[in-house]
Amino acid sequence: MPRLIKDNQVIDNEWQVIPADFDAELPTGKLIVPLARWLDNSDNTNLAPWLGSEDEVEKVAEQLVQAPLIAINFPTFMDGRGFSSARLLRERYGYRGELRAIGNVIQDQLFYLKRCGFDAYDLREGTDLEAAIASLNDFSVSYQAATDTAEPLFRKRD
Amino acid sequence: MYQYDAIDQQLVDQRVAQFRDQTRRYLNGEITDQEFLPLRLQNGLYIQRLAPMLRIAVPYGLLSSRQVRKLAHITRTYDKGYAHVTTRQNIQLNWPSLEEVPDILAELAEVQMHSIQTSGNCIRNVTSDQFAGIAPDEIEDPRPWCEIIRQWSTFHPEFAFLPRKFKIAVSGSQQDRAAIQVHDIGLQIVKNAEGETGFQVYVGGGLGRTPIIGSVIREFLPWQHLLTYLEAILRVYNRYGRRDNKFKARIKILVKAWTPEAFAAKVEEEWQHFKDTPTTLTHEEVERTRSFFTQPPYRELDDAAAEQTLASHKAEHLAFARWLERNVTAHKQPGYAAITLSLKPTGVPPGDVTAAQLEAIADLADKYSFGEIRTTHHQNVVLADVEKARLFEFWQEAKPLGFATPNVGTLTDMICCPGGDYCSLANAKSIPVAEAIQRRFDDLDYLYDLGDMTLNISGCMNACGHHHVGNIGILGVDKKGEEFYQIQLGGSSERDSALGAVLGPSFKQEEVPDVIEKILTLFGEKREGDESFNDTFSRIGLEPFKERIYAKAH
Repeated sequence: MPRLIKDNQVIDNEWQVIPADFDAELPTGKLIVPLARWLDNSDNTNLAPWLGSEDEVEKVAEQLVQAPLIAINFPTFMDGRGFSSARLLRERYGYRGELRAIGNVIQDQLFYLKRCGFDAYDLREGTDLEAAIASLNDFSVSYQAATDTAEPLFRKRD
Repeated sequence: MYQYDAIDQQLVDQRVAQFRDQTRRYLNGEITDQEFLPLRLQNGLYIQRLAPMLRIAVPYGLLSSRQVRKLAHITRTYDKGYAHVTTRQNIQLNWPSLEEVPDILAELAEVQMHSIQTSGNCIRNVTSDQFAGIAPDEIEDPRPWCEIIRQWSTFHPEFAFLPRKFKIAVSGSQQDRAAIQVHDIGLQIVKNAEGETGFQVYVGGGLGRTPIIGSVIREFLPWQHLLTYLEAILRVYNRYGRRDNKFKARIKILVKAWTPEAFAAKVEEEWQHFKDTPTTLTHEEVERTRSFFTQPPYRELDDAAAEQTLASHKAEHLAFARWLERNVTAHKQPGYAAITLSLKPTGVPPGDVTAAQLEAIADLADKYSFGEIRTTHHQNVVLADVEKARLFEFWQEAKPLGFATPNVGTLTDMICCPGGDYCSLANAKSIPVAEAIQRRFDDLDYLYDLGDMTLNISGCMNACGHHHVGNIGILGVDKKGEEFYQIQLGGSSERDSALGAVLGPSFKQEEVPDVIEKILTLFGEKREGDESFNDTFSRIGLEPFKERIYAKAH
C-alpha cells in the first residue's frame, strides 16, 4: 500500500485519488474525488473531496466542513494557492478533519504546509518519507500568526 | 539599527542548516533541478551566464561596519574580491560556487545577515529611503516599519509561492527617494489631523515588460492595521493573480484587469476577516522596534561655525566645492551632513565595489559616521552622520580611495544593471554603454550645468536598471542577434513618477553616446533658466527630440 506522512508519522495511505478527467465508474474503497463529484455525493462517507487551485472554498464551505477528509491539490509545487485555501478552511470555516496536501508537493514545503493547517502530506513518488519528516520542523519558531499559532511572535517576545 | 535577539538569530541559523541540507540532497541527486530552483532562489542564488550569482539581503539598505568587513572577507574568500550594489539596496556576488553557498550563508549569519527571499516568487527585501532618520523633510522614520514588515514577511507560510515576485517599499519623507510608485506595494507614511501615523497605500506599480505607476487603494491606513492589511492584499494576490503566463503574473496586471477600485474592494472584504486579529500591531512592538533606530550620540555643534570652515575650504579648493555640492546632503541635526560615496567613477561597472574598498568604507564609517553604512537604490553608498567640520578631512581621505567622484545625482551617476556581461536574461550589454557615456561626458562643469539628471540602463525589458523611470532611459534590445539600444525620455521615479516615452527606432552601441549628446544639446537650447530635463521635456514634448536625432542620423 502507498504511504504518506500524517501527524509526524509515516502511515498507510488508504485513500485513492480520482483525477478530474476520470469518467469511468468509480472503483470501490475510500476515494478522494474532484469537488464537483463529491458535492453530488457528500453523504457517502467513503468519498472525500479534493480541491483544485481555482476552487474557491468560501462558495462551498458549509458543505465542505462536513467532509471526512479534504485534500487540496497542488498542480505544480510552484502554485501556492492551496496555502490560502487551507488557511481559509481552518481559520475562517473551522474545519477540524484531516487536511491533506496532494499532487506535486515536495519535502521542502512541509514546514509551510503544516503552518497553514495541513496535517497529511502525500509527497511526490520517490521521496524518502522517514527522512522527510524532519522538514516539518525546519524552524522551531515563526514570526507570523498562521493556522498553527493565533498570535504573532511580537505578542510573545519578552 | 536593528539587533537580532536569540529568536531572530535562531531563525537565520536554522535557515542555514535547512539550505545546507537542501544543497546536499541536490548534489546527491535527491532533489531535481526543477525542485531545487525555488529553494535556491529563495536563498538568493541564481545560476547566471558564467557562474552562480548570490544576492545578499541588506534590509532597507542598512549595514554596520562589522557587516561590511564581513562582506569584504566573503568576497575575498569565496569570490573574486568584489561585490555589486543593486537597485534594491542589496549586495550581489558574481562568482560564488554552489557548493560553498551554505558556508557563505553561515558566515553571514554570524553578523546577523542572510540572503532570505532575495529572489523567487515571494515577498522580497523591503526597501526604503537612504536618508531615513536624518532627512530634513522627513515625516517619520520609515525604518521601524520596514523592520516590522521584514519580520512579518520572513518565511511567511502562505506567501512563499506567489504568482510572481513581490516588492514593497516604504517612504517616510515629503520627497519620495524610495520609488514607491513603481513597487508592488508602496507605503507612504502620512499623518492624520490628530497627528497619528498611518500609511497611504499604493498598489500595482512596477517596471518590467508592462511598466505601470501604482494606484492608491487607501489614503490613510492607521498604523495598527499595517500587517493585517498587507496580509489581505497578499492573500487576494496569491489567490487571484495570474499563473498561466509569467509575464502577466505581477500584481499590477491583476489590479489593472480588475481596476484599482475593484481590487481595493476585494482587499477590503478580505481585510474585514483579518482586521483586529492578534496580528494587529501593538504600541509595545512598535516602540520595541523604534528603540533600535534612535539617534546616534550626536554632539552639540555650532552649525554656523561649521559652515564658515566649509566656506573657506571651498574657496581654496574647487574640487572640494564640487564634491560638497553634489555628494553632500543636508541633515536635520545641526552641524551634521550625509555623504554619498559615488560608486560611479568612470571605467568601473556602476555599483561595483572591491573588497579593499568595502574595508575602507567600514573604516570611514567607524571614524566619521557612528559605524553605520547605507546602500542606495541608485547603487551608491551613504554615510549618514558626518560632522560638517570634518568634511574637508573626510574628502581628502575618500578621494584616493576612489569614492569622491563628484557626480552624485548627475548624468554619470547612472543606474545600470549587470547586463549581458553577467546576466543570462539580458539581450544586450549595459556596462560598456555606461562607460562610453561616462567617457563622453567627463566635463564636470557641463554635468553641473545640466543639473539633477537620471540616466538608467537596462540590458533587457525586465528593467532591472529601471530604464522606464530615468529622465533618459536606455534599453538593450535584440535585433536579429545584434545588440541595439532603444532610448526613452521623460521618466521619473519620484513624487512626479512618470514612465519615459520611446524616442524612436533603436541604435547601435557605438551610436549611443552621440545620441545622448544630441539630446542634451537640444535640452540646453530649449531649457528655460534652471529648468530640469523633465520640465523642459514636458513643455516641448518628444517631437523636437525626434526631429533632431533622426533627421540627420537616418
